[in-house]
Amino acid sequence: MNWDAHLAVYAVVLPLLTAPLCVLFGGRRLAWLLSLTAALLGLLSSIGLLYQVHQSGEIHYALGGWPAPWGIEYRVDLLSAFMLLLISSIATVVFSYAPRSVDAEVGPNRQVGLYAGMLLVYAGLSGIAVTGDVFNAFVFLEIASLASYALISLGSDRRALTAAFQYLVMGSLGATFILIGIGFLYMMTGTLNFSDLALRLPAVAGASTTQAGFAFLTVGLALKVAMFPLHLWLPNAYSHAPTIVSTFLAATSTKIAAYLLVRVIFSVFGSEFTFGQMSLHHILLPLASVAVISGSLVAVFQDDLKRMFAYSSVAQIGYILIGISLNNHEGLTASILHLFNHALMKGAVFLALGAIAWRIGSVRLSDMAGLGRRMPWTLGALIIGGLSLIGVPLTAGFINKWYLLDALLLHDWWLLLPIIALGSLLAVVYLWRVIEVSCFRPCPTDCQRTEAPASLLLPTWGLAFANLYFGIDTRLTLGNAEAAATVLLGGAR
Amino acid sequence: MSLVPGLLNYWVVIILMMAGLWVVVAQDNLVKKLVGLGLFQTSVFIFYISLGKLADGAPPIIDPASPVGAYSNPLPHVLILTAIVVAVATTAVGLGLVVRIHQAYRSIEEDEIHRKDLLDETSAGSKGHPNPS
Repeated sequence: MNWDAHLAVYAVVLPLLTAPLCVLFGGRRLAWLLSLTAALLGLLSSIGLLYQVHQSGEIHYALGGWPAPWGIEYRVDLLSAFMLLLISSIATVVFSYAPRSVDAEVGPNRQVGLYAGMLLVYAGLSGIAVTGDVFNAFVFLEIASLASYALISLGSDRRALTAAFQYLVMGSLGATFILIGIGFLYMMTGTLNFSDLALRLPAVAGASTTQAGFAFLTVGLALKVAMFPLHLWLPNAYSHAPTIVSTFLAATSTKIAAYLLVRVIFSVFGSEFTFGQMSLHHILLPLASVAVISGSLVAVFQDDLKRMFAYSSVAQIGYILIGISLNNHEGLTASILHLFNHALMKGAVFLALGAIAWRIGSVRLSDMAGLGRRMPWTLGALIIGGLSLIGVPLTAGFINKWYLLDALLLHDWWLLLPIIALGSLLAVVYLWRVIEVSCFRPCPTDCQRTEAPASLLLPTWGLAFANLYFGIDTRLTLGNAEAAATVLLGGAR
Repeated sequence: MSLVPGLLNYWVVIILMMAGLWVVVAQDNLVKKLVGLGLFQTSVFIFYISLGKLADGAPPIIDPASPVGAYSNPLPHVLILTAIVVAVATTAVGLGLVVRIHQAYRSIEEDEIHRKDLLDETSAGSKGHPNPS
């Protein structure tokens, strides 16, 4: 059997099949082993897929042999393969971190469900990354979202339940908006395939139906991306969910929704329609700027660190949206790069917070006095993630901030410069709060070294080290981001 | 083309959509919110089905004996079956969450739940309430 002919679907099919296997066999250790195996195999297939796309260009995989546009087609170009690599690597890191963290936070009888749910989120997000059919993207988005609602409700505090319910209501509204948008587009063009839509939309671009479809699709995706002011579900969901759920969702779920937004804007509608006729940047830029400032500002005043970094995510998504709405090659490169780097940054931060929660049972800053002396390695990973969020040189965050500033300056968007600078300064403020309390305050009892166990520290430091590595050697991340941006902008009309 | 009779389906879609959205936003009871969400999603189903029907279209079954000019489009129906399944799953997860919320908070009114959450958040050094499992 020709294994590498089907690389496009492995990352979707493997976790989708493993999830019911986990539930069927029961037993939490077996469920964990199955999840880790599925994630590793998915990672290998995504590396192979990226290599294949580099060698032979865009891959068109017709599911079931039915040719597009009648059948569902998986269309893997450089951006898709890049996002799939991101999802698979984060999934592998999170699953290798999982056992001790989950044992501490989730009851033993719910752990099988947790692993099955995580696999379903992994399958859904991978499906969104590789699919070339807009309705298929909606279905995978809902698979991932429904599993997320259930996963968030497994948190140890009862507020996890209300957070999950709030996310369910808002997320379903967003998804239904996407469905309405797809309906309008189908009405006007008769097709659901990305490439086919791109061919047929210019002829009907003037119709108000097409414009309504664009509006519904964009607003629905904006809710999933947690663009200000549709971000209200995010802080509660990330702060009350179990650690590996927060990490996985924070690192991947909004990024994949942002990927879908980029796909819709550049590959389906094209930048002329989006930014010329519909002037999307008139809405995206102000809202994204407010997100950067308000997200960072609210983060400064939080005591609960998970909540603080959740608001920080809202701000980072603002940066990504600014890059997208600049509508130039450098801005798009910065945003795609930021999608990848933010997963590394937030992944490291949330995993470190999980290790802290494992050791002291709380993620409140007021409980963390002198923690830097008791858990130096964990705090080190947290601080590296934070420095990357600020954009300090030698971290991955510096590269995407640099490219974003480059995009602004090249095209004379001077007004956004103070906003980006202010966002970074506020990030310094909230990171400094963490450093000051954990490193410069005396320990309340004694400063004995009680570091987190290796199974928690190693994945955390894996991501923290990736932050440093990709801040220095950017061939993988920046190279792919630039090439992907070229493909997206070149293919647009 | 006359505005109401020919487009009756779409008027129904608009009315249901707005009613559903209003219920989700304005009702405090969590089960009623889910009902509103269901109304909202149902309006989208009607929208899809309406756009598949051709005015003089025959059911999409090819009969060699009696050839027909135009067939109604069966694809939107298939899309809506998928969307209905998604809506059913969403309602199921939502109702499951409402049951667990009732166990934890002894209430399913959003304002009471929000008040209890605020108490948890603002009382200093509070460890919150555990999630009943």
